[in-house]
Amino acid sequence: MTDLAEPRLANAWQDADWTKRRLRRRYRAERRFKAYGIIAVAVALGFLALLIGSVIAEGYPAFVRTSVALEVDFDPKVLGVGEAPSRDELQKANYGKLLRESVFAAFPEVTARKERRKLLKLVSTAARFELRELLVDDPSIVGTTQRVWLTASSDVDMLIKGSAPRDVPEDERRLDDQQIAWIDTFDAAGFVETGFNGEFFVNADSREPEIAGIGGAIAGSFYMLLVTLVLTFPIGVTAAIYLEEFAPKNRITDMIEVNINNLAAVPSIVFGLLGLAVFINLFHLPRSAPIVGGLTLTLMTLPTIIIAARSALKAVPPSIREGAYGVGASPIQVVFHHVLPLATPGILTGTIIGMARALGETAPLLMIGMVAFIVDIPGGPFDPATALPVQIFLWADSPERGFVEKVSAAILVLLAFLILMNAVAIYLRRKFEIRW
Amino acid sequence: MQLTILLIAVLALAVIGLYFGRRRALRAAGTNLSKLHSMPSYHGWYVALWCGIPSGIVLIVWLIIEAPILEALLLSYLGPTVAEQSEAMIGLLLNDVRNLASGDVVSREVDPAMQAAADRYASMKSTAQAAVLAIGVTLGGAGFGWAWRRVSPGLRARNKVERVVNIVLILSSCVAIVTTIGIVLSVLFESIRFFSIIPFWDFLFGLKWSPQTAIRADQVGSTGAFGAIPLFTGTLMITLIAMLVALPVGLFAAIYMAEFASPRFRNVTKPILEILAGVPTVVYGFFAALVVAPAVRGIGESIGLDVASESALAAGVVMGIMIIPFISSLSDDAIVAVPNSLREGSLAMGATKSETVVKVILPAALPGIVAACLLAVSRAIGETMIVVMAAGLAANLTANPLDAVTTVTVQIVTLLVGDQEFDSAKTLAAFALGLMLFVVTLALNIFALHISRKYWEQYD
Repeated sequence: MTDLAEPRLANAWQDADWTKRRLRRRYRAERRFKAYGIIAVAVALGFLALLIGSVIAEGYPAFVRTSVALEVDFDPKVLGVGEAPSRDELQKANYGKLLRESVFAAFPEVTARKERRKLLKLVSTAARFELRELLVDDPSIVGTTQRVWLTASSDVDMLIKGSAPRDVPEDERRLDDQQIAWIDTFDAAGFVETGFNGEFFVNADSREPEIAGIGGAIAGSFYMLLVTLVLTFPIGVTAAIYLEEFAPKNRITDMIEVNINNLAAVPSIVFGLLGLAVFINLFHLPRSAPIVGGLTLTLMTLPTIIIAARSALKAVPPSIREGAYGVGASPIQVVFHHVLPLATPGILTGTIIGMARALGETAPLLMIGMVAFIVDIPGGPFDPATALPVQIFLWADSPERGFVEKVSAAILVLLAFLILMNAVAIYLRRKFEIRW
Repeated sequence: MQLTILLIAVLALAVIGLYFGRRRALRAAGTNLSKLHSMPSYHGWYVALWCGIPSGIVLIVWLIIEAPILEALLLSYLGPTVAEQSEAMIGLLLNDVRNLASGDVVSREVDPAMQAAADRYASMKSTAQAAVLAIGVTLGGAGFGWAWRRVSPGLRARNKVERVVNIVLILSSCVAIVTTIGIVLSVLFESIRFFSIIPFWDFLFGLKWSPQTAIRADQVGSTGAFGAIPLFTGTLMITLIAMLVALPVGLFAAIYMAEFASPRFRNVTKPILEILAGVPTVVYGFFAALVVAPAVRGIGESIGLDVASESALAAGVVMGIMIIPFISSLSDDAIVAVPNSLREGSLAMGATKSETVVKVILPAALPGIVAACLLAVSRAIGETMIVVMAAGLAANLTANPLDAVTTVTVQIVTLLVGDQEFDSAKTLAAFALGLMLFVVTLALNIFALHISRKYWEQYD
């Protein structure tokens, strides 16, 4: 538009200088425009890098765990059991006292009550359960002294891994100078160790960051996806077959089509409201159970899977159908014996991508009460459970500093699952895709 | 438990039916298979369906009517003194009896009368389930016998089986309709109850939102106000910020990918950008709350601005990042769909590439791009996790993006998470908000579809 605004002579186009200037300006605009495009792509990629980078930077320490070694004297008197205790007695013995005595024995020079309490903060409160497990597994060590590796408390864990800085003023730290000195003498003696945190993948949730794990959440997500898969796959595929192969073109099927497209764009939280009103309040299914989550996610992923399955069916050329009709197959036989097998890779790809979306979904699960704090690993789809993304949400809300790395680590695990599922989908598509 | 047995029994009967139906058909045909109207396996399926469908229907019907029937029986057992109590009290009592019968914790002291009721409930339940099991198995067996006897070379088993398959196909495609009806009804009913407590116009145009209603009548200070305007403005502000981030970035990325980039660059970059769309929203929420919000606050404070720790800006920016791939891939489709003749005509007239894009391609692709934007806005309005984790809870009526605002989805979550009684205006308000959300996003989607359909074909 600017060229029209130029004051121009009658023979402006013959003026070489003016033409050159105008051309330069247009080329500059061209370069600028292209630069905007590159900047936009770079910004988007930069956001992605920042997102993944910050999660990895926060999360990788969670895969390492600190333990401290204690010389534990399994004295029957401290435990409050007899010389040859039964299994039942060992289950109920006083492990809190045993743990306290062992910690105090490691630092005999500390006698003041207040200091001793600070000493106890170095070991996880869950260490007593580790002692119990040890003893119940092997009752013969009663009366002996053993060196036992116990989980360190979250504060010590972060100090050793360098997540909690040492150089800030004492009153801004979770551990004071004395506690750090104790840990350092312990460390120097070889009594502090860091190793791979396998427990993180097995344990259920806990109030103590050092022993909290994603095992329970993974089991919950697994049962939920199982319910979703068992329901969506058959319903989605049969619905797609009907709409693509058999449905007469009339107003009812038109309505169903528009409906499916609209459902695919309904916010996920609305499906949560539906799940709450129908499955929990109307059918009285248990709150917080993977079955309800699975049902809700089924309704949510169904449109995605129907759309994917329809496009896979549409891609099968008519010649296949005509050939099958030609040798005398009935319409149902044509679809189930000839069209469906050829569309299977496409349908599977769509299903896996739908499942991946269901795995990452959080909002509808909040509605149906899967945000509960659950310390048991669910044993089936009717047990109370939480799901992996909900676990991330719960930990992100926790005030303890120790949970930040747990959140990031859980996110990394979730992303790993998603990448795996998408990779399988891409592999299936590449390997079995047929170009007609 | 007995229902699980019934399910297994039905499945086992069906499998047996499959085998014996097929065998009988083969026997009947003898050596000459072409005597059969249908293939032997269709006869098998015929018998299996006759076993499975009647008992399956019994099972499903019982699952639906079990709770109300047992409840009515229990009430009649407990007698008129209980039935006269308020509905909530009866519900609580029934719940306790049920829990006691299944060995769960109960909310009150267990007295002998209640224990008796629980025993009675348990025995009624097991008797009824045994009866259902017996009926189901008998029906299945009868169906098996009847169908098995009918298997003969002339039986048109294939047609009958295919008719059942056809019905199954139709039923599954109706699930989508049922889901929509379910959403509309469940949200609508609760909303109507809500609007009978709070007038519709007060909700829609009220300026104050504080959903804490008084639990006791004499409680001070929490009367509850349900004016949704602050939520709507908060939602709009966050959506606006998100679109300000996503629209330029997404649109320019799409233009660059479609018109300027080399195929190799496109093949690498496009899937990477799609990753942004695959990242779960809870991860974006974490990113917003722990990385972006402190950064925004830090920057704001360093230039002397007062930034809330849960500012609308942080949530909006992160939501914008989430929407980028949405806009870029939909606009990319629209740009690629512009016919090449237009592009080449413009270049042949001496226009540069950018002039072609701005003056020819974008106008031609405009319906698609507008539709993409509308869909993106509907996404942003319905997005939950980012705002739940990064935006505030307080309903401020403000135009300052550095303040904390709250959104419709945040309020739905906070109203419904945790323990709740289902009749208070507080929980019902969540459904009214859900209705608003559903209606608005649906309207945006339909409008987007309409635009892209109506203005599309003129270039084909």
